[in-house]
Amino acid sequence: MFDRGRTSLLAMALLAGSFSACTPAVYGDGYRDRQNVDLVERGRYLVTLGDCTACHSDPTRADSPFGGGHAVPTPFGKLLAPNITPDPQTGIGKWTAQQFDDAVRRGRMPDGRRLYPAMPYPYFARMSADDVRAMRAYLDTVTPVHHAVVSDQLPFPLSIRAIMMVWNWLYYRPGEWQPRPDRSAAWNRGGYIVEGPGHCGACHTPKSFLGGDKRRHELQGYSLQGWFAPDLTGDPAHGLAAWSLQDIAEYLETGHNRFDAASGPMAEEVEHSSSGMTAPDLAAIATYLKSRESVSKAQTASPANSPVMLAGAAIYRDVCAGCHKIDGSGIPYLIPDLAGSAAVASREATSVLQVILHGAASAATREEPTGPQMPSYAWQLTDAQVAAVATYVRNSWGHATGAVPEPAVKRLRKSSQSRD
Amino acid sequence: MPRRLSHKDVAIVGLGWTGSILANELTDAGLEVMAIERGPWRNTATDYPPNYAQDELRYRIRHELFLRPSQTTFTFRNKMSETALPIRNWGAFMPPNGVGGGGVHWNAETWRFLPSDFVLRTHLTKRYGAHFLPADMTIQDWGVTYAELEPHYDRFEYLCGTCGQAGNLQGKILEGGNPFEGPRSRPYPNPPQTQPFSHTLFAQAARQLGYKPFPQPSGNLSQAYRNPLGVRQGQCSYCGFCEWFGCGNYSKASPQTTILPVLVRKPNFTARDQCEVTRINLDPSGRRATGVTFVDATGQEWEQPADVVLLCAYTIFNVQLLLLSNIGQPYDPLANRGVIGRNFTHQTISDVVSFFDPKKFIFNPFIASGAIGMCIDEFNGDNFDHGPHGFVGGGYMGQVQTNGRPIETTPVPPGTPKWGTKWKQAVKENYLSATKPGTGVHGSMYSYRDVYLDLDPSYKDRFGRPLVRITMDFHENELKQNRFLTDRFAEIFQAMGARQMDKQYRRAPYDIADYQTTHLCGGAIMGTDPKTSALNRYLQSWDVPNLFVIGANAFPQNAGYNPTGTVAALAYWSAEAIRSRYLKSPGPLVQA
Repeated sequence: MFDRGRTSLLAMALLAGSFSACTPAVYGDGYRDRQNVDLVERGRYLVTLGDCTACHSDPTRADSPFGGGHAVPTPFGKLLAPNITPDPQTGIGKWTAQQFDDAVRRGRMPDGRRLYPAMPYPYFARMSADDVRAMRAYLDTVTPVHHAVVSDQLPFPLSIRAIMMVWNWLYYRPGEWQPRPDRSAAWNRGGYIVEGPGHCGACHTPKSFLGGDKRRHELQGYSLQGWFAPDLTGDPAHGLAAWSLQDIAEYLETGHNRFDAASGPMAEEVEHSSSGMTAPDLAAIATYLKSRESVSKAQTASPANSPVMLAGAAIYRDVCAGCHKIDGSGIPYLIPDLAGSAAVASREATSVLQVILHGAASAATREEPTGPQMPSYAWQLTDAQVAAVATYVRNSWGHATGAVPEPAVKRLRKSSQSRD
Repeated sequence: MPRRLSHKDVAIVGLGWTGSILANELTDAGLEVMAIERGPWRNTATDYPPNYAQDELRYRIRHELFLRPSQTTFTFRNKMSETALPIRNWGAFMPPNGVGGGGVHWNAETWRFLPSDFVLRTHLTKRYGAHFLPADMTIQDWGVTYAELEPHYDRFEYLCGTCGQAGNLQGKILEGGNPFEGPRSRPYPNPPQTQPFSHTLFAQAARQLGYKPFPQPSGNLSQAYRNPLGVRQGQCSYCGFCEWFGCGNYSKASPQTTILPVLVRKPNFTARDQCEVTRINLDPSGRRATGVTFVDATGQEWEQPADVVLLCAYTIFNVQLLLLSNIGQPYDPLANRGVIGRNFTHQTISDVVSFFDPKKFIFNPFIASGAIGMCIDEFNGDNFDHGPHGFVGGGYMGQVQTNGRPIETTPVPPGTPKWGTKWKQAVKENYLSATKPGTGVHGSMYSYRDVYLDLDPSYKDRFGRPLVRITMDFHENELKQNRFLTDRFAEIFQAMGARQMDKQYRRAPYDIADYQTTHLCGGAIMGTDPKTSALNRYLQSWDVPNLFVIGANAFPQNAGYNPTGTVAALAYWSAEAIRSRYLKSPGPLVQA
């Protein structure tokens, strides 16, 4: 596990400029200096920032981190993440520094093939060349795993990688992150992480039908993998307007804050990535996110006396209030506050339905080890009942998101296994 | 052929309260720990979520969370002259099974024993003379004192977030608490739970009679709590489904809600569930444990080598593993020799069900928690002069009604038909206005020469190992104690305004089919003399110094309280001795 205390000291030292002092001339391609501790440590931290392990480590093969083979779900089908250990035959051991950089920041494989954007190279493009080199330096030190992975699992015609030329023309914008001199150092650091290695938009930015970012709606929330990644802007209706800098940093570090708990894909992100970030970096991310303003079109709340709201209120009292309390306030850091939860306020009901139907395990971290779980109600509530109670929580306590349609429940019910 | 696993520093048998506490303490000390649990892994949201945790038929009547007697059971007889028969459906007690053990389905009544309980024989002999004790009573001092255990009680209470009102804070008696308790170093971590109506009236009546009622110490939380390990619990919702049930909303202290979330994150901790340990392995000298042998769910036999073995299973299973592994001399009641199986005890429980005028009293008994209740301690231990009464021992008593669950909560006045329209009418009329405290009189059971455990000569388990045979009956001392306490208890309900009472005295013979509590104690007791105890004061085996046997099996006799607080305090006490002394110099911590 990441030793956060030590890493944080180290990262601060690096930020203070000690890195430049030990940067050697550019190595010849293929040369690996595994004793360059500063570079390796910096790379290890960047690999944490980038959450590389989320896709490249197979949880069923705990003894071979970064050995690949983990199926990454995309709206178009599954891709198997490749082996990025230094194994020369099945990993990236033979890649030159330039080839590694091309893959990470440009989506190009050494043989010229194009990567799919499940590899978030459109975000990694914002990283500096030095940071990419540090990542590689760290990956050179991990235990080589001999594990051949055939990534291509997409159906025709998506299996033709050349179509990515068109996609890149539409959506890929090269160029490193450009600091804004008019903004604070924290804002710039936060922007670099969010837009670069942290690739937050990969989940949280709405996508076109081709899976490209809708740039005008950056970080305004998107449905994927049966969850809705919430709006991270200051949108008063659906975003993080009520969250303070501290709330955001605490959530990223511990998986929990006074309002909410990270579950689903975000729980994995917290456990693998943001719980290992330094306190200054978490504060920087919060600073950057809090600066992102947006105002969505007003939605009409379902009237409190409508049949669906009355039914929802009755189900809520009967089934939910025991833990979440009558007023939705829950118990801070244990049972989410449905009034302050970003997932409940989201533009789409996906996460709420997911949690009601299939239950959810929240993140367990060193600071918040409890990892409380929501049980599955799929066996207990009909589609209409789930829709009613979801409508109730999404249109009470200040939320106004309209009624949840029953067919949405039916679709999600079929989409995954419940936990009971 | 057993397959051999790689060596561990510590092998723990059973992952309930004591196993979890020891595992956490010893992994903190840097040791590699393997816990082996006979039952399944248990997790709040998937094993007893709030949307079906409160299923009385499933959990209470059909025993969902307990060991299935077809996996293993015990034989039972009252007298040594009888032939014991196997228990095929649990009755008097409920053997736990699975991760969390009894900590999953307990009521969370979290008591400390009295200072005099730990020096019982010395204390009673000094006060009343040796002749006052029955000749065949084998009570002993524990070898550890209340003062030594106090910091360890404290650790457990802060781990659990125990709710209560201190009665004796560093020697100062505080209003509203138990004035008889031993001095505690600091208050309970949380205030008492709010008491329901009948409990409040009981306390008023007790006060009128001159007693000093206080809220029962509770592991059902009165408010949200974060324990010293960083694990959080919520506030109890007073649903009234605690004992026999898992808590669905993280508000009852259990290994799952206090320790396991931290333990499972540790790289030096490993657990195997659904693996039954069949024996402790010894080296040829018989003085050193080399590890344990267990069988997994596929039937494969494994050997787990370890430097230290900790038996952390339920009382009888700890004793059984000692007997089956030939550790310590089996107890022979005729010769009064040997130590494994001696001083086996249970509890002496009785109840008073009271009926009040339904027009004046609506108690809503379903608003409750497992450890709710107002109690008095005037008749516990040696808190009163036993001289005139001709018995020793006692218990707390209280209106500790923990539920109004529909299948079991059907109190009807004596004389009501057992079924039919009149019975239904009586249930309807009395449901809201009767009190039924459950374990209202929670009396001690002291130890006797002819109450013990040994291996059954006839019946065997699925591995061909002899079952444990229980020989147990009530003695006149306990029956006298119970008559006296039950009468005092009834007087309080009388003062409370009951118009009719059903005094349900505990009677002999001991009934293996009638539930009392799951507080089986003794059988491998701690003490100061290897001739009369299996374990030294640190719960270390006198015979095999790298074996510790942790649980209520170590109680030389049972006190008039629920045992879990003391079991956990002993676990922390033993863990501290292992950490601070044994690891530095492995060997006997006490020279015999």
